[in-house]
Parts: sequence; C-alpha cells; structure tokens
Amino acid sequence: MAGSGKGKGRGVNRRQFVGNLLRTACGVGLMGMGLGMYSRQASSLPAMAIRPPGALPEEEFLGACIRCGLCVRDCPYDILKLGQLGDEVVAGTPYFTARTGPCEMCEDIPCIPACPTNALDHELTDINESRMGLAVVVDQETCIAFLGLRCEVCFNVCPIRGDAITLDYQHNTRSGKHALFIPVVHSDACTGCGLCEKACILDEAAIKVFPTHLAKGELGKHYRIGWEEKEKSGKSLVTPDAEHQYNLPEGVRYDLQGKGLIIESEEDKSELPVSSNPLDVLNRGFGEQ
Amino acid sequence: MARKPRPGKEATRTKGFLRAHKWLILRRLSQFGILGLFLLGPLAGIWVVKGNLAYSETLEVLPLTDPHVLLQAVLAGVVPHLDALIGVAIVVVVYMIIGGRVFCSWVCPVNLVTDLACCTRRALDIRSSTLISRNSRYWMLGLTLVLPLVTGSIVWELVNPVSMMFRGIVFGLGMAWVILLGIFLFDIFVSKEGWCGRVCPVGAFYSLLGSKSLVRVVAEDRDKCDDCMDCFEVCPEEQVIRPALKGADKGIGPVILSSNCTNCGRCIDVCAEDVFHFGSRFANEKSIAAETKERPFVDAA
Repeated sequence: MAGSGKGKGRGVNRRQFVGNLLRTACGVGLMGMGLGMYSRQASSLPAMAIRPPGALPEEEFLGACIRCGLCVRDCPYDILKLGQLGDEVVAGTPYFTARTGPCEMCEDIPCIPACPTNALDHELTDINESRMGLAVVVDQETCIAFLGLRCEVCFNVCPIRGDAITLDYQHNTRSGKHALFIPVVHSDACTGCGLCEKACILDEAAIKVFPTHLAKGELGKHYRIGWEEKEKSGKSLVTPDAEHQYNLPEGVRYDLQGKGLIIESEEDKSELPVSSNPLDVLNRGFGEQ
Repeated sequence: MARKPRPGKEATRTKGFLRAHKWLILRRLSQFGILGLFLLGPLAGIWVVKGNLAYSETLEVLPLTDPHVLLQAVLAGVVPHLDALIGVAIVVVVYMIIGGRVFCSWVCPVNLVTDLACCTRRALDIRSSTLISRNSRYWMLGLTLVLPLVTGSIVWELVNPVSMMFRGIVFGLGMAWVILLGIFLFDIFVSKEGWCGRVCPVGAFYSLLGSKSLVRVVAEDRDKCDDCMDCFEVCPEEQVIRPALKGADKGIGPVILSSNCTNCGRCIDVCAEDVFHFGSRFANEKSIAAETKERPFVDAA
C-alpha cells in the first residue's frame, strides 16, 4: 500500500485519494447545509395559500407530499395549483387561493383519495370536518356590516350557514335606532373553504381565510375556565357560592336581568303604595275627613 | 489544431443516417412521447396519464411511483398508500430488468438539456473541465436521504431539477428554468457531463437500482474495433466502455457491466464497425464459453 496505490493500478496515491474524498464530502456537505437552510426558509406557508382539505399540519405535509399533482388533477373545480419555483409556496405542493378560487367543498372530496402518500389524510371523509384554514373578519372598519349596512353575503354563502358564521345583532349607536348585523366566525364549524372571502363584496375582502395557526389564538395550557370546571364537577371548586345580599329597603329587591331595582309591591298591582292615577294622590285625604 | 470530425460521421457514411441514429431517434421519441402523454390531459383533455414522474396514474389503473422520491418521503416519516407501493414495485422491477439508468437516457427530461449542453460543448470545442468526481453523485444521493431524516421534510424536492423540469412542463414552470439554465451552463463551461455524470443523485439512485439489471450493451464484436474513439466521444459515461471493449486480453467479458451505463445506445449508433449490440448481462458467460470453444479450433488451425 504505502501510499502508492499501484495495487489498483489507478495511479492515485493515498494523499490524493483522501484529498479527493474530502473535497467531495465538503462540497456535498456545503450543499446539504445550503439546502437545509433553504428548506427551513421555504417551508413557511404564506398567509394567502390554503392547503387542500385533509392536508396534514404544514411541517408533516412537506415530508409527506411527493409533489405528484394528482389532487390538482382530480379537483373538479380546478382550484388547486402546484407551487412553482419562485412562488412563496414550496415548489410542487398543492394550494388554493380563497379570494380567486375557494374550495367548493365536494361531498366526496375527490382530491383526498387521489393522494398516494396520505399527505391529504384519507381518514377525512366528511368535508364539514375538514380544517383547511379559518375565516377571520379582518377589518371592522371597512366591513359594511359594521357601518350599519345590510350585507350578510359571507353569512349567506357559507356552506355551513348558521354554524360557521352567525349574525350578531348589535345596537347601531350612530343612528341610535338601527341594528348592526355583525358576522361572527366560529372555529368549531368553519372549514376554511374560503367561499366567504371569495364572495366578500369589498374591493379587498374584509373577511379572509388564513392557515389556522395564523388565525387562531390559544389559551395558556394552565388556563381553566371557571364556569366550565364548575359545570363539570357540579359545584364551585374554589369557595361555595354565597348568595349576594343587597341592603335594600323592605319590599325592594335587585335583579339585573329584570332591569334593576324592583319594588315588589309594584308587581302586585292591587297594592300599589302610590297609585298610578295622579287624581288618587290629589284626592288623598278627602275620604278620611 | 485540427478538429476531429464529428463522432458518428463515419457510421453515417457506411450505415446510412437512420441506422447511425436509430437509438438516438428512438430515445428522443421516448423522451418526448412520455412528456406528450402527460401533456395530452392538460392540453387536449385526453387523460391517458395523470400526475408527473413522482407519481402517476395511467388510464386510472396503473400506478407508477418514483422510488427515489417515495423513499425520501418514507424517511421523512410517511406511510404510503397501497397504490404508491404497487407503483414503486412496478417501477423497481422494470428498471431492474431494463437497466436503472434507462430512466436517465430514455425518460428524464433533463437529459435533453444536458445532451444539448454536450452538443454545444463539442461545437464550441471546449475541452477544459473542472474535475468533479463521478462518485460525487453517490454522496449527493446520501445527502438526499439524510436530509429528510434530519428535517422531516423532502428537502431535495425543493430543488430537484429532474422532477422540477418534468412537473414544470406539465403543471407550469415558474422560475425553474433558472435551475435548468444553470445546469446547461454548468455542463458547458464548468464540468463535462457535470450534472448527469457527476452530481445528479437521481441518476445515482437509478444506477444502484439497476446494478444487476438484465439488459446491457455488449461489445460483441470487439475484435472489429478500429480504435476510432467515436463511442468514447459520445458516451456520457465513457469510463464504462473500456473494460468491455478493451478487456479481451485481461479476460474481461464484452458486456458493459457498469451500472452507470445508461443504455442510451449511442455507442451502437456511432460505431461504423457495429461492435456494440444490446444483449443480456449473461452474454459474458456465453461469449467466454464460445471463446474457449473456439480456441482449440483456432489453435488447430
């Protein structure tokens, strides 16, 4: 051996061999580092790109999707696109843009069985259970419902109408005499299909669908909601509920829902302390004399 | 410096254009035909094949899966569906028979780019080449398999020019042409046969897949070789020819056994003496047997 390498007749000595090996390894290693960093940077999904129904969480999705495009082919509405190099979406992975082409929520979800690798979860069979993203009323200043106008387009086009988006009736303090019909999205029902964003009548939609992790807040893990815990256990967990005592004159009680102070004798119309008829007050005393 | 005539000129003169370009023409037909089949759907609405090279469905029944990309996905933690596994099995078996790197020369669209680069290189008479080891591709292959293990993501597919070009043609190219232009220039100015012959991990994968494949180019009539060097000139993996063509003295059989031979058949085309033919890897045993049978006869003569 002794560095001559003649045994193999290739005219490469040990020094050259090790040198070549190191050069190749370094080159490939550098490339790997570059690729790894690029992949971390590239794997953040932009806010406007929504994955097809059943897509695994983004990180797992990028490990599972082999970029074959069969979901794109099997989408009957042709809304799915594959990301291209230079797009913000990872090249070759499927997505749709709600504003221009929302998911039409096919009942048989044809894009899912098309997926050969479970990047779109085959367990999902009910499209209403899919969570592609979450709709958010992003701008209360331009949404015309907040301006006091009747619109409700997002509410009406919602495929899970009345559950995913409800209308909250509020007093219009500006006019003083009208109601506001405020759209409210509920994450327990919204699939993120994007039909509402597509339908929003504004030039730039006031309701938008975002990937769920961008749209949804999350309570601290330690957080317990008192009334839920109370309901679960059947009693207050901290101190027993004491009935609040008001120091009120006799015959008067306080009930907020009953609109505040209630004079008990008022309820009993026959026994008013003061008659509602002013003549009774004026004539009071005459009968006694 | 006097330039050598184009390789294959002599073959064209003696065998005629068609016979001297037979495998090249068939190969181009295969490459464009496969692309055409995939494009028939989106362009003409005739859905013979759906998908791309990563995974496709032919006539709604035949699944075909790229084993390299599926392996990466599995390493990233995926449990593929039955269709994908059947697709892999079919592809693996086929390439184990016809030669792994048949993918490179008969299917891969990047081959069109690198062949064009090779042509340009020859036309511009560029001889200089940065030495990149032909083994680099196996390191690259290792890299493509380690990255999904480490990151949980199919990292190589972010930049893989092979899938990107094919997918680009079928689904929309985007900026992928930049990578292809890069490969084209790399092959012309940086390294001869640089991409396909030295760097591409996809080719490396298929070479391993076909390392025991049946169909091989055989230098059957190697004794007729007149050392014109045309086969070496056109071969994208010229190192694979020498043992088979010149190994008679060393007792090496005439079958090109290297798994990096892409079975492109260009050597068969350009040989005016018709030294090469397609045959099986077992042709070695036959020919050695024949030689030993012949020898006493020759000796007797």
